[in-house]
Amino acid sequence: MRRFMRFVGASLWVSVRGRPAYYAWLGFLLVLVAIGVHAYAEQYEYGLITTSMRDPVSWGFYIGNFTFLVGVAAAAVVLVIPAYLYHWKPIKEIALIGELLAIAAIIMCIMFVTVDVGSPLRVWHMVPFFGSPNFPRSLLAWDVVVLSGYLGLNVLIATHILFRSYQNRHYSKRFAVPLIMASIPAAVAIHTVTAFLFSGLPARSYWNAAILAPRFLTSAFCSGPAIILVLLQILRRTTRLKVADEALFKIAELMAYAMFINLFLFGAEIFRDYYSATHHVMHYEFLFGRGNYGDSSIAPYAWFALFASITAFLLFLIPKTRKNLITLNIGAVLIYAGVYIEKGVALVIPGFAPSTLGEIYEYAPSSIELRVSMGIFAFGAILFTLMVNVATAFLFKNPELQDNHDSDEVVGPGSRGG
Amino acid sequence: MKKLPLYPSEPVQTGESRRGFLKMMAQAAGITLLASCDAETRERFFQQNFRELSPAQLRRAIARMERDYKDQYGADVRVGAEPAIDGVIFAYALDLSRCIGCRRCVHACVWENNLSRDPEIHYITVLEMEKRHGVDLHHADAYYEADQVPREGHFYFPVACQQCDHSPCEKVCPVGATWKEPDGVVVIDYDWCIGCRYCMAACPYGARHFNWATPTIPKGELNPDTHILGNRPRPKGVVEKCHFCLQRTRNGRYPACLEVCPVGARKFGNLLDPDSEIRQVIDTKRIFVFKEELDTQPKFFYFYEA
Repeated sequence: MRRFMRFVGASLWVSVRGRPAYYAWLGFLLVLVAIGVHAYAEQYEYGLITTSMRDPVSWGFYIGNFTFLVGVAAAAVVLVIPAYLYHWKPIKEIALIGELLAIAAIIMCIMFVTVDVGSPLRVWHMVPFFGSPNFPRSLLAWDVVVLSGYLGLNVLIATHILFRSYQNRHYSKRFAVPLIMASIPAAVAIHTVTAFLFSGLPARSYWNAAILAPRFLTSAFCSGPAIILVLLQILRRTTRLKVADEALFKIAELMAYAMFINLFLFGAEIFRDYYSATHHVMHYEFLFGRGNYGDSSIAPYAWFALFASITAFLLFLIPKTRKNLITLNIGAVLIYAGVYIEKGVALVIPGFAPSTLGEIYEYAPSSIELRVSMGIFAFGAILFTLMVNVATAFLFKNPELQDNHDSDEVVGPGSRGG
Repeated sequence: MKKLPLYPSEPVQTGESRRGFLKMMAQAAGITLLASCDAETRERFFQQNFRELSPAQLRRAIARMERDYKDQYGADVRVGAEPAIDGVIFAYALDLSRCIGCRRCVHACVWENNLSRDPEIHYITVLEMEKRHGVDLHHADAYYEADQVPREGHFYFPVACQQCDHSPCEKVCPVGATWKEPDGVVVIDYDWCIGCRYCMAACPYGARHFNWATPTIPKGELNPDTHILGNRPRPKGVVEKCHFCLQRTRNGRYPACLEVCPVGARKFGNLLDPDSEIRQVIDTKRIFVFKEELDTQPKFFYFYEA
């Protein structure tokens, strides 16, 4: 316990140490957080009237961001599978980064839901024993359970691995492997439950599709790794983390397959709606600005997202462009943008437009919504930066931090146990 | 002012002792946390779900509400908690061939139920539909402005909460803040709702409305005769909707929208009473329910006289 406290102390100390550029980056993010907090104070004071949401479109940008980030959190852990179970070395540090990203993403998810509720002081009503969660009937109650479980799992795994490397020891297989195994179905679970949150509503035909959960998973397997691809290239420049190009190309290849399935499922849905040509097609018409909805304000985003996803798929499919860092990065950014629009705008808004009584309310996030969301993303970035700083320091043996007194097994960075 | 007896409509068993113990511990921890606050703030914050309130807690909560409303609106408000009457299930029927789309019901409801004037909340949405298309939401206009109604070639389709038996809103609420009362009315505990608006996404009828800002009711216009699950003033950040005027109907009166209707298009009564007007309508008219394919089993019926 005393040693663990020392580890916590060392983590806190390491997390705030870095070069001037590190402080500049954190300072910049802190300014964004301050802007977000200021905007939220106004929203808290006057209510959600400060957002652009209204009765016909009762969820908007916040829930879109929440949905997107659940995907990021789920997909980050997918990289854990090859790293820990197949001992595929180049991806090992990547997996730890993925876990840290998952932690930051889940915390951002919780923040997005919290800023979206009208009476945030009452969120304890959802907590078992304190309040009266409507479990198992409400999918939102399920989401609370799986998201907090997933957060707990990842915190436990990442802390264990870092604590052990702080002590120059290999992580305990007996302790970590079952947890890592559990985190994989948990990653699938958080995204499935979040998809069911939408698809379980017969009132909204746009969401009420069995294909929604598989679509959520495939798009998440694109966007999560896209962020990791870019992050790894930044981290290998700014820290001692070594990432082989080979690992990046492998991730890109996996993303190409995921994007193919994602586009295929989307096509299947488009076919069903357009070929049947029932009233249900109105939501897709609104999304793409066709038919009676030519002036839909979200149509340009929808078309861009489609273009971005197809282009990125081709870039990652063709070996030549996949193995070129410039086209690879263009592809990663396009995938990120494509999935961000798909989850943030194209999923939530057309579900409400036309509304259940046939009304069109043109929604675009208000300045408060944009500022609060920016603040949450900045907070997540701070959290992630601090965690990565600690992780790289411990993994790469900052000489000031040696704590070898009682290590039973000394292993080099990145090596694996028997 | 006459005080009515107060009963929670559905006394809830405390459950196993482990749960009770944990709950007690949790609350003790919370109370310690809020030790710096005064007792009233604490009680307000920790007020339980309506269905778990003891009669004493309910009495205290109501006294607090009446005090609050006195401060806020300068009116002596009665907050009733009349439970559902045994052997009564309320139902509503609306004659589409009579409705002229005058929206008097909309405004009577606003006054009766203390709905916010700014931002405006209406429990009843009157849709103007085209006769040649029938009941078709693609040709429905909720914002029609007419010098004179009914307009040629149109008919009018008022929609409010359909008081579903299979209510999707109740199913999705993460905290059990909305439920179906024994008389079939779906109600909301305004002190328990967290304002997540999942119910609004789930409702097929656009019947649930959110308090995007603090509701405003001019001081002299507050209806002081209220019900705790009905028309008592709401805070910002919670969802509300039609509750069949519980403050009236549980005391033997008709809903306000029915009384004001100039053409008698609205019928209301006890579904379990074979001699009630609502049963007469169901027995003798060809009725239908809105969005039948969703199997929400509304207790709101539409019919055509002719």
